[in-house]
Amino acid sequence: MERSSIIERVLRAVLLTLIVIFFLFPIVWILLMSFQTNEQILRIPPSLSFVPTLENYKALISGHLLTSAGSLDIAFMRNLGNSVLLSTCAVVLALILGVPAAYAFARFKFWLSEDIAFTLLSFRFAPPLLVLLPLSLYFQDLGLVDTYVGLIWVYQLIALPLILWIVRGYFEDISPDIENAYRIAGHSWLRTFFKIAVPLAGPGIAAAGLLSFIFCWNNFVFALVLASADKQPVTVGALAFVTASGIQYGQVAAAIVLSVTPTLLLALYAQRWLVEGLSLGAVKG
Amino acid sequence: MTQIEIRNLHKTFKADAVLNGLSLSVDRGEIVTLFGPSGTGKTVLLRLLAGIYPPDAGTILLRGRDASGSPPDKRGIGMAFQNFALFPHMTARNNIASALTARKTNAGEIARKVEAVAQLLKIGHVLGHSPRELSNGQKQRTALARALVADPDILLLDDPLRNVDAKLRYEMRLELPALLKRVGSTVLYVTQDFKEAMALGDRVAVLLDGRIAQCDTPARIYAEPVNVGVARLFGDPTLNLIEVAPQLVDGAPEIRLGGMRIRLPASYAVAAGGLYLLGLRPEALRLVEAPGPRTVAVELVAVTPLNEKSVLLLTMQGGEELLASEAGDRDEPRRTGPAHVAFDLDALLLFERESGRRFIPSGNGEVAHERIAITSHR
Repeated sequence: MERSSIIERVLRAVLLTLIVIFFLFPIVWILLMSFQTNEQILRIPPSLSFVPTLENYKALISGHLLTSAGSLDIAFMRNLGNSVLLSTCAVVLALILGVPAAYAFARFKFWLSEDIAFTLLSFRFAPPLLVLLPLSLYFQDLGLVDTYVGLIWVYQLIALPLILWIVRGYFEDISPDIENAYRIAGHSWLRTFFKIAVPLAGPGIAAAGLLSFIFCWNNFVFALVLASADKQPVTVGALAFVTASGIQYGQVAAAIVLSVTPTLLLALYAQRWLVEGLSLGAVKG
Repeated sequence: MTQIEIRNLHKTFKADAVLNGLSLSVDRGEIVTLFGPSGTGKTVLLRLLAGIYPPDAGTILLRGRDASGSPPDKRGIGMAFQNFALFPHMTARNNIASALTARKTNAGEIARKVEAVAQLLKIGHVLGHSPRELSNGQKQRTALARALVADPDILLLDDPLRNVDAKLRYEMRLELPALLKRVGSTVLYVTQDFKEAMALGDRVAVLLDGRIAQCDTPARIYAEPVNVGVARLFGDPTLNLIEVAPQLVDGAPEIRLGGMRIRLPASYAVAAGGLYLLGLRPEALRLVEAPGPRTVAVELVAVTPLNEKSVLLLTMQGGEELLASEAGDRDEPRRTGPAHVAFDLDALLLFERESGRRFIPSGNGEVAHERIAITSHR
């Protein structure tokens, strides 16, 4: 009995380690690459021993890329700033629009409500490229091509359905009686929404916000088509590392590390809001 | 003065007509318990009164004014929910205070009132706790305190004792009447427990098939139910129902029961020739030693002792079963086997078989006379 449980434990530890190595290997490899020069990365056979260099990061932050073919200006920090601006604005806008809409879909059954909710979800099914061609034509007419406003608007295709559907589920999980009790206590429905519904759906709103932030951050194709260099986020900006003299692997790796960091920090910070079970104990089941 | 008046209320959910022309009026300061089997729309009625759902048809008058179109926050009602519905992200104190913050009461006044109601309900020591840290009894009291704190003149209590343990239920059943009288509100109290309904209500409103079947004092509901449906809901064990066909023999009404002919009071003469259900409360049946003019031979099959009383299962000659109950303080236990059962004709209930309506004997003097006759026979 005792022996088999030890074997079990060891086996479990080994398997878990294997899985962690399998999933973390690319990230660790990229982290290591970001501290190497292009020559070190490309040497054959590859080796794990190298003298770490901060050249890649320096080049990215200063905006001057030195290649064997000469020096090149890149706008990586500007791209990073664009990413932060676009994703944050898109998510904030989607929250402002999506949370009340999710509440309406959760609480009220109005004419065509299910159809409208489904149509909004279906934005996620459509391949972006299918939407992009007509969209870029319309945007040209409207003068929205290459503007932050236009991009933030298009990002709603990513963020809004996600927030709507995740938050709706959380609102539906709140017992309507809790809201009814607050109404009967003499509070208006607007107050009830802000004081009862939103705080109780808090973890869901945080989760949906974080998730849609990550999706917006990782978006590539909308910004590629609809924005020029000075409005582009990091995902598109990374293309600049494919230079005439070859791909700058070291800088690409450093850029990835830098661009992953904000989302990682946000996820770590938001973790505390994702605690479930807030509504435990309110209602006798 | 009428505080709550409900006229011809209809409410349908999907294809299911829950309330079907319900009317009820409750006087100021009165406690009316709303009783009925589950799924008869008791909770729906409270929600219509609170303004959570709109009625399909009918009128609700609160304090003499039409309440239709007025939202829940404008009705000035206190309500306690069956599932407590406490706000999980607020402390017990803020839960209770929520009924006052909407009224622009100043902070000192709020604190004083919350303390007072918490004292009254003995939850003063847990005011700082969040709902998940409270026991079920404390949650229930917090929910009650929230309903009471603003001194509403109309109080709706939706089975507040349903989800608390038996001991606390008994405790609260003793405390609640005094508490509710002290508050002085008009109370509609929903319950599924007939004992609770009878213990707490000045009147009991029996909800059956979407209407109030009967609304009367507990004693009258028990002794004079309007129909067999109402009679069946009260009593533990429930009343015995036996199909009978009264006949006139020598000008006096008689029924046949377990092979015996039982003479009924003359006031039942009109019932002769019809089909009826004879309703006998278990406590109106007595086992007697010797056969008499109004006894039936039975077989005592089983005895279930329930501390303060015993429930006896009897079978009559035709195999029909009867339940009788008697005080449980007998020195020697009853032995199963042949016995005789005597009927208390005063507690006899007769219902028309088709409609279920109670048969009302004509001329009550006869009944009183017959009772004396039985007493002398003993």
